[in-house]
Amino acid sequence: MKIAVCVKQVPDTWAEKQLQAADSTLDRESADGVMNELDEYAVEEALKLVEAHGGEVVVVTMGPERAAETVRKALSMGADAGVHLVDGALHGSDALATSYALAEVLTGRGFDLVMFGSESTDARMSVVPAMVAERLGLAQLTFAQKVDVAGDVVTIQRVSETGYDTVEASLPCVVSVVEKINEPRYPSFKGIMAAKKKPVETLSIADAGLDAARLGLSAAWTQVDDFAARPPKAAGIVVPDEGDGGAKLAGFLSEQKFI
Amino acid sequence: MGEVLVLVEQADGSVKKVTSELLTLARRLGEPSAVWVGPGFDDAAAVALGEFGATTIYVAGDESLRKHPVAPVAETLAQLVAEKAPVAVLIASTADGKEAAARLAVKTNSGVITDAVDVSAALVATQSVFGGSTVVHSTVTTGTPIITVRGNSVAPEAAPATPARVDVTVALSAAATKATVTGRTVATKGGRPDLTEAAIVVSGGRGVGSAEGFAVIEALADSLGAAVGASRAATDAGWYPHQFQVGQTGKTVSPQLYIANGISGAIQHRAGMQTSKTIVVVNKDAEAPIFELADYGVVGDLFTVVPQLTEEIRNRAN
Ligand SMILES: Cc1cc2nc3c(=O)[nH]c(=O)nc-3n(C[C@H](O)[C@H](O)[C@H](O)COP(=O)(O)OP(=O)(O)OC[C@H]3O[C@@H](n4cnc5c(N)ncnc54)[C@H](O)[C@@H]3O)c2cc1C
Ligand SMILES: Nc1ncnc2c1ncn2[C@@H]1O[C@H](COP(=O)(O)O)[C@@H](O)[C@H]1O
Repeated sequence: MKIAVCVKQVPDTWAEKQLQAADSTLDRESADGVMNELDEYAVEEALKLVEAHGGEVVVVTMGPERAAETVRKALSMGADAGVHLVDGALHGSDALATSYALAEVLTGRGFDLVMFGSESTDARMSVVPAMVAERLGLAQLTFAQKVDVAGDVVTIQRVSETGYDTVEASLPCVVSVVEKINEPRYPSFKGIMAAKKKPVETLSIADAGLDAARLGLSAAWTQVDDFAARPPKAAGIVVPDEGDGGAKLAGFLSEQKFI
Repeated sequence: MGEVLVLVEQADGSVKKVTSELLTLARRLGEPSAVWVGPGFDDAAAVALGEFGATTIYVAGDESLRKHPVAPVAETLAQLVAEKAPVAVLIASTADGKEAAARLAVKTNSGVITDAVDVSAALVATQSVFGGSTVVHSTVTTGTPIITVRGNSVAPEAAPATPARVDVTVALSAAATKATVTGRTVATKGGRPDLTEAAIVVSGGRGVGSAEGFAVIEALADSLGAAVGASRAATDAGWYPHQFQVGQTGKTVSPQLYIANGISGAIQHRAGMQTSKTIVVVNKDAEAPIFELADYGVVGDLFTVVPQLTEEIRNRAN
């Protein structure tokens, strides 16, 4: 089974994230870049599937030069190869552009499964997997908390508002996973050393045969008009419980007309 | 005035509250038309949608539309967008809603904005990003604006209309039927308000200590008519079902009042509750970061503070 996992480099979860005044895009320079945490679960699940059924895992990313670190991390976890789409003209691409570029890069490479995290922690849209499925005309098995492959049938538990739905489709298909699915492994020392020798294909938009007019900030389908920091919340009241903490709270809730 | 399509969110055939919020918003932008996808449409639904101003209800009622995830909804909407040329499409910001918006955006070559908390008459969407630290205004510049809106962002206001029902037939593409739903498992704990719709949410975290411990959280919730939520630490430990998880990978809630008990306030938890209007915290560690968000906080043991609070509320109610 040949599995692609789309991974994104994002600013460290704990870093203050900011938009840049110049073009209202996310400031990716001032914070450390890490693999989107949710994509670690997708890499882990892909590795498990290949361990069980044989095959290979290729990580695919679109992002600036330093996103190569994220490809390397996936390789050190055990992925076999990487594809890195990097080009100055990609800066400011929105979800539609990203899904277009990823779909084009994925096409023709013979993947049985294309896997994603359920959401990127910076954009937080949860739309790219569905967009890629739409563009590739593939079955969409997203928000999976469990994935089983038997022959060419994939069955997932799709997290729903009230529990989960069981959804199935034949290969090839698109899968996104939620964080309940597994516990991502840490790269071992051996894995880190091995990753240095694994192949990473670096593509420009010309190499990938992409239409530059559909990429980057100027092509975006949406625009940020303005943004502002929300004024910090006024400090609240914090009291120690001296035996009457619950009663004090009731007093507050009553003042606020909740009770 | 142009037409605004509002995708109806339903649970077991009844219209969810977020739909009244979307219809209220849609009236600012134009004439609201509700879009119902799947079987189960009935008079009660028509009344519920009319109450908030839907003038037309498109009903795509075929059973097959519910058999496949997301894609049929996107194809129904795409067909209506092509026929009606609406000024905008509004969809609830649920996992399914965002994915339907995503596929619709590709199909119609239109921009999509997710997680809006407001939309102005000029179709400018307001979003609260980076855990609520930044407010962004954005617009769709290409195609039909597709905007997903978070629940509890606008107060629903009634504006009764008598909607015309228009039945719609959708011929699904082969791609839309490639994934099939073979079963639905409902693991819900019934009897309380829906977590994402509730005006008050009472949550418990690792500090609750056990599944049994959640009894004190539930008792407080019931005294307030509130929904119960949980941190990931509590759902992962199996103390409370996963679908009640609040946070980045759980539900995003924005109630009038959020009461966090035994929750430290990790960034992933905050991501799902930071826009709550009033935040109350009970935690025995005065250093817990959740106190930074608190309008009112008590440093103490939740097993003494919460039952006392519940008792006070019950007494006041009597
Ligand atoms: C990819 C990813 C996604 C995640 N998504 C989510 C998410 O959606 N939602 C989420 O919540 N988390 C999420 N997390 C986990 C998050 O990072 C935290 O681990 C989690 O929120 C911690 O839960 P907690 O606050 O209940 O537990 P802890 O951090 O352990 O805090 C427990 C708190 O309870 C207090 N306490 C203990 N006993 C008592 C008592 N008797 N009375 C009063 N207070 C007491 C302690 O002082 C402490 O502050 C995610 C993590 C990752 C990596
Ligand atoms: N630039 C990118 N490169 C590779 N994968 C991406 C990129 N952006 C998003 N993804 C994938 O799409 C998922 C959902 O992202 P989003 O729709 O932005 O929340 C992520 O978890 C990744 O798997």
